[in-house]
Amino acid sequence: MSTSLRNSGFALAAAGLLVGGIALALFWAPEDADQGFSQKIFYVHVPIALTAYACFGFGAWKALRLLWTGEARYDLESYTAIHMGVIFGLLTLVTGSIWAKISWGHWWTWGERQLVLFLILFLFYSAYFMLRYSIEAGPRRERNSAVYALFGAALIPVSFLAVRIAGTILHPTIFTHEGANLPGEMLLAFCICLAGVLALAATLYRVELAGKRVDASLRELRELLA
Amino acid sequence: MTGYAADVAALARKDLLLELRSRDTLPAMLLFVVSALVVFHFALPADSSTRAETGLLWIAIVFTALLGLTRAFAAEREQGLLDGLVLAPCDRSAIWLGKTIGVTAFLVLAELVALPAFALFFHAIGWELVAAVALADVGIAAIGTLLAAIAAASRARELLLPLLFLPLAIPVVIGGVGASVATNPASFLGFLGLYDAVFAILSWASFEYVVTE
Amino acid sequence: MTTAEKYVTAAYLVLLGAVLVYLVIIALKVARLEEEVSDLIRLARERRGG
Repeated sequence: MSTSLRNSGFALAAAGLLVGGIALALFWAPEDADQGFSQKIFYVHVPIALTAYACFGFGAWKALRLLWTGEARYDLESYTAIHMGVIFGLLTLVTGSIWAKISWGHWWTWGERQLVLFLILFLFYSAYFMLRYSIEAGPRRERNSAVYALFGAALIPVSFLAVRIAGTILHPTIFTHEGANLPGEMLLAFCICLAGVLALAATLYRVELAGKRVDASLRELRELLA
Repeated sequence: MTGYAADVAALARKDLLLELRSRDTLPAMLLFVVSALVVFHFALPADSSTRAETGLLWIAIVFTALLGLTRAFAAEREQGLLDGLVLAPCDRSAIWLGKTIGVTAFLVLAELVALPAFALFFHAIGWELVAAVALADVGIAAIGTLLAAIAAASRARELLLPLLFLPLAIPVVIGGVGASVATNPASFLGFLGLYDAVFAILSWASFEYVVTE
Repeated sequence: MTTAEKYVTAAYLVLLGAVLVYLVIIALKVARLEEEVSDLIRLARERRGG
């Protein structure tokens, strides 16, 4: 029963870290000198965005493993990771939109690089779902989806660069090239929030993967009984 | 010539010869791009800036490429030749390279008409725009050929290809438009070169997995 | 509550809302799986009996 033990471990870690991190972010971390209280969105928006990248990266890694080894189980894992990435990407768009509204007075601004990048990625991975739905299940779908997922991993840095050279400089730069320029308390609260959201994503990934596996097993069972 | 280069040359020559005989794709692309430019003239209000016109030229280029790419594997599919091609005793990435060279040739030919037509209808174009279009063609053809092969295996191929292609084409449009209108085209041209290199290598390496049965 | 506080609250509620929506989706899925499993058990019993 180590799987269920690990599942509850991830879930408990997510609950503890998120509650602690959000409490620290809201009540303990100092208020930002420039942006005031609205900067607190940072502690939920940025961890969600980084988690979405992590999910896409993880999905691409599983896709690479699929092409490498040809083992079919990686297909479901890659698909589930990208599924989670899309959910967290959508959350990034929503929380980023709220931040844009409070900082600049508009729900959407093309000057916000992170938001534009996530819109591109959201479109890209929505097409990934369309691709999966329009090919019959089988090795061909596994490989084609894996190749497309790998393209996503390349598209993230390329689009990042593209949006960077194209965009104006409006997004608040929290991390400079020298490293974090956050005060210690802010950084600690941020790191705990990030760990919490990552643990949440890991929990959801495992639950979703288990559900998809049960679905597949039941389909097989039905075929055996038919 | 080594075996690989000879294979690629033979495959690219086959595509170009096939097009020369049947004239399926290229005339359609030419007519489409000129029609699109005429539509754009009426879509733009009379006092629009030349920068807006340049942006629309890039839309015309991307959609013309899409039109050509939809047909990229049409001949093979209609005659069931792709499986035969995959079984042929050559490296599978050679199929991708040959096809990419063919698609690039079509794109260049379409733009040999489109760019003068644009200069005639709208405004004069500079060397940066031509360089950006040449670089964009390579990237579009490289990635488009791979995506066309992916889409060819699906049920809704004509529907799926634009959905797969357009998000990946956004960086090309950013680089192309930037190179055509910005004061520092070199960095945008460099970006397009980087895009070409990254996605050409990735497509070249992964094509084998897409066509293997 | 200032405007800033309202928007910050909204951003955190988005995360909570997403988790709750996911809970609903999983609940529906578990219900469907339950139904399917009992269906398969019935099928297996019939097979055994007949």
